[in-house]
Amino acid sequence: MKALLEVQDLDVYYGGIQALRGISLKVPENQIVALIGCNGAGKTTTLRAISGMLKASRGSIRFAGEQIKGLRSHQIVARGMAHAPEGRGIFLNLTVGENLELGAYLRKDRESVAKDLETGYRLFPILFERKSQIAGTLSGGEQQMLSVARALMSRPKLLLLDEPSLGLAPQVVEKIFSVLKDIHKTGITLLLVEQNAHKALRIAHHAYVLETGSVVMQGTGAELLASPEVRKAYLGD
Amino acid sequence: MKLLKNFLPFLIGIPILWGIQLISPPHIAIILVNVGVNIILAVSLNVVNGFTGQFSIGHAGFMAAGAYTTAKITLALQDTLLPGLSPWLSTQTIFLMALVAGMLLSGTMGLLVGMPSLRLRGDYLAIVTLGFNEIIRVFIENIRWLGGATGLSGVPPYTTLVWVGLGAIATISMARRLVSSTHGRALLAIREDEIAAEAMGVNTTKYKIRAFVISSAFAGLGGGLLGHYILLVTPKTFTFIKSMEVVGMVVLGGMGSISGSIISATLLTVLLEGLRGLDQYRMVMYALLLVILMLTRPTGLFGTHEIWDVLSRYFPKRKAVQKA
Repeated sequence: MKALLEVQDLDVYYGGIQALRGISLKVPENQIVALIGCNGAGKTTTLRAISGMLKASRGSIRFAGEQIKGLRSHQIVARGMAHAPEGRGIFLNLTVGENLELGAYLRKDRESVAKDLETGYRLFPILFERKSQIAGTLSGGEQQMLSVARALMSRPKLLLLDEPSLGLAPQVVEKIFSVLKDIHKTGITLLLVEQNAHKALRIAHHAYVLETGSVVMQGTGAELLASPEVRKAYLGD
Repeated sequence: MKLLKNFLPFLIGIPILWGIQLISPPHIAIILVNVGVNIILAVSLNVVNGFTGQFSIGHAGFMAAGAYTTAKITLALQDTLLPGLSPWLSTQTIFLMALVAGMLLSGTMGLLVGMPSLRLRGDYLAIVTLGFNEIIRVFIENIRWLGGATGLSGVPPYTTLVWVGLGAIATISMARRLVSSTHGRALLAIREDEIAAEAMGVNTTKYKIRAFVISSAFAGLGGGLLGHYILLVTPKTFTFIKSMEVVGMVVLGGMGSISGSIISATLLTVLLEGLRGLDQYRMVMYALLLVILMLTRPTGLFGTHEIWDVLSRYFPKRKAVQKA
């Protein structure tokens, strides 16, 4: 299977502290891959290193066959990778519509941007209702939807999602995950970071378990769900 | 048609400014010129501090770069007559070119200061610009060619109310156009959340540097105009105090509001003049008023709103016509 993203032996330091110790992972095209693990395991750091927000000191990151390690975020976005950052990272003082327009910042073809805007509003009808509302006045769940919808506006091949379920009510989490499945059906590859291991493993084709900066286990979503270690450590059995 | 629209403010502005210049007595004219220069400074600083969300506190340094460049050129070409032009037109042309040269130099300074410091996030820019402001002042004080600590005197009196008014109009229309362009969107995104802006594909460093260069160039314009009105360009005019005065105007008017900057620059300038009678208590009163205003309105007079947006809400018809 062709890997859209291939990370090898990635090391990242925060000053003198090593956060990632030789992380390697593969995201095959058209799949959902999940990274799970506790707080501080390095999930967010991995995503940030992939999307160029953090500098990796060692290792390689290949995206669609091209080495992207060392490129800056905006260059990586231009190559077809979108990152919906942790804590949503939406522009709180701008309207919902303006947020979405900024998601398509690098695209020049206005007609297809307008079409994608419609698609976004179809995925999240609530955003359409609130399109001229200031984003800071949205509820947490709506902000998360906006963050995902905005990331989609760059028409990415690969979407990185950092804890889309963080701080949301169970019902809203259900909704978000069902939309993630819809997004995957449209042919977008997903790399998902989650604390909610149960939910993540249920939709993931493949998953990696991170602990203190290294991959300690990997397998298909179903395998990990069945694994006694994972059940004990992350699923509360 | 579009070209006409761009020049419309200038075409309307010239006769009005001319009229004001004719009827205003000298002591009023001085205040008006100061108001105009401060509008140029405040609006241009707002591009960096308000719209891009960076914090520059060295605007006076860029003013100095512009003022000295412009003054050096006009002093050298004082007795030159451009061929084929009447004496009046010749001096005006020389002055215009000198001002543009001043803007180019201060813009270049902005590039040199901005490139290393704007790569970083956070307060580095504030420290670097503060340092730059002091460096350029001390540098000038020690260069005899630039007049040292006494500065350049005998600067020709080219600046008029019309010149300052046109400078202010140019600055305001630059800022308005910048903010409403895709460029402006990128700047707002940087202000709101730099990491998210980068994740949207905005080259944050590039845009921050661009905004900073534009802002510095217009600070140079303000400096050049001021120098040719007070007929003296000295390092003392361009101290850190001057920079803070401009920062005060931007903060008071509202970070990210062009009309806020215009109004607060006008108010503060007039206020400082009006308080002249209080003698030594003048600065105390000034500081006190600033403190009270910031306590009662922490987002500044206008926040991020614009007076023209508020007006169009009350006159919805006009807005509809504009859009069509």
